[in-house]
Amino acid sequence: MKQNIFTRVFSFYYEGFRSMTVGRTLWLIILIKLFVMFVILKLFFFPNFLKTNFENDAQRSDYVIEQLTKPK
Amino acid sequence: MTEAFDFSLIDWSRGQFALTAMYHWIFVPLTLGLGFIIAIMETIYVKTGDPAWKRITKFWMTIFGINFAIGVATGIILEFEFGTNWSNYSWFVGDIFGAPLAIEGIMAFFLETTFIAVMFFGWNKVSKRFHLLSTWLVAFGASLSALWILVANAWMQMPVGMKFNPDTARNEMVNFWEVLFSPMAMSKFTHTISSSYLLGAIVVIGISAWFLLKKRHQVFAKRSIVVAAVFGLVTSAFTVLTGDFSAKVIAKNQPMKFAAFEGLYHGQRGAPLVAIGVVSTTPTDPDNENIKDFVFKIEIPNFLSYMAFSDFNAFIPGIKDLMEGNEEHGIMPAAEKISKGKLAIDALAEYKQAKAVGNMAKQAEAQQILEENFKYFGYGYFGTNPDHLVPNVPLTFYSFHIMVALGFWFLLFFAIVLVLVYKDKISNARFWLILAIVNIPLAYLASQSGWVTAEMGRQPWVIQDLMPTMTAVSHLDANAVITTFILFAVVFTTLLIAELKIMFKTIKNGPKTEGGN
Repeated sequence: MKQNIFTRVFSFYYEGFRSMTVGRTLWLIILIKLFVMFVILKLFFFPNFLKTNFENDAQRSDYVIEQLTKPK
Repeated sequence: MTEAFDFSLIDWSRGQFALTAMYHWIFVPLTLGLGFIIAIMETIYVKTGDPAWKRITKFWMTIFGINFAIGVATGIILEFEFGTNWSNYSWFVGDIFGAPLAIEGIMAFFLETTFIAVMFFGWNKVSKRFHLLSTWLVAFGASLSALWILVANAWMQMPVGMKFNPDTARNEMVNFWEVLFSPMAMSKFTHTISSSYLLGAIVVIGISAWFLLKKRHQVFAKRSIVVAAVFGLVTSAFTVLTGDFSAKVIAKNQPMKFAAFEGLYHGQRGAPLVAIGVVSTTPTDPDNENIKDFVFKIEIPNFLSYMAFSDFNAFIPGIKDLMEGNEEHGIMPAAEKISKGKLAIDALAEYKQAKAVGNMAKQAEAQQILEENFKYFGYGYFGTNPDHLVPNVPLTFYSFHIMVALGFWFLLFFAIVLVLVYKDKISNARFWLILAIVNIPLAYLASQSGWVTAEMGRQPWVIQDLMPTMTAVSHLDANAVITTFILFAVVFTTLLIAELKIMFKTIKNGPKTEGGN
């Protein structure tokens, strides 16, 4: 019986992942790396400075203009 | 003005960005270069039907996969840093930086989830031609992905196609095509990708040389060398041409950087190119402590003028001309640019105040002054210390010369390798095979030196003439930046060690008759 396109695409990826050798280690590294980047680094160490400290774009503009023009 | 800035915060933020960018760049050029080499190898397989070429393709594809997997998403950290450490900059650049990066992100996502999957999983499952098409699309797609990043970087070196909005303090894109096709973007893209292709060829030849030295998989190694050497010869010649194009664009648009390339303090007609030189670490002019000329140098007469303007007698401004001005050659002194920059900064402040109280006339007047002087906006921050307008000359000089010297060496090397292959002497050319392995770290050194030249040479600017690095940075606690610097150093070093371990193991195992991905 001929499989539909979604089943074929699914089994293409499924079999591809299953038959990996070096790829398994690489995927493990990728997943750990993405976890470290997006969960640990982004969440705890890299908040967006302007988004975190100001509520809207008008406030952000005012702040940046103040930073650029304040007498040093 | 410069005293008010926290230089420890600025320096750590710069150090952190440099660390992440340089680590990211360890992975990128090999992906770009190896992608095309694999595509060429697979094309030969599809054309000839020879299964040996399939084995060759699959082996290099595994190396490509390891490098790609370890390197993928390391560039995202740079985007985190824009929002956290460089918030003033991120706001100021507006959508100009965001648009190319968004296009890159979308393209990379579709590329990585579709054609790379076919490339790795599709052997014997899709037709040979569709598989080959996917491999070529991955190669082209990776380079196209790099285009958008390099367009964004080029805009910082040569801001065009935008208008500054004083209401929002953001630059708004008014001409996408001017941004995309600026001479800086084109020269940066073509030079960066061609040098990355060259690096890919050097890596393939180096690893293949190791197999020849070990007397293992010799047919595989020789065939790989032939493809890589031809590809390397063509792309290194292209790298020289695009490097020449880049030099001309930089000489015209970033004359301070160009002068720093050559440690040229005093401008002259028919300027010579320093082939080899040692820059003094102490001042060499008793009247000016900032001038640290050469202790020793060998020059090629008139060649710098030719390199910059295709004219052996053209005038090349030196650092002193750019700082003190040169009326004869129409060069404005830095002091005048600083005055104009201050006018622009004050006008922005006045515009804001006038808007707050609803004084339309004052607002219009301030806007006019701002627009007239905006091209010097960044100079306004250097009132008390104009010396900061000069980049680190020794570092720029050495990195530029290392890059250029190695670039020419690789061109020669590819030619020698091809001669040895043609004469069927490559297997026993022990000296050249060892040199081929030594060339691998040298290719990375050249590639990294190129970025050091580009990014250190443009200092103090984060956006040329408009925003100095010191105003781009967020007001964070320097200790927080130091913490993340150390964290990144640990994460990236771990990734690099993982890559090298897996790669060395794969290379040691050599190509397989059949195998997984």
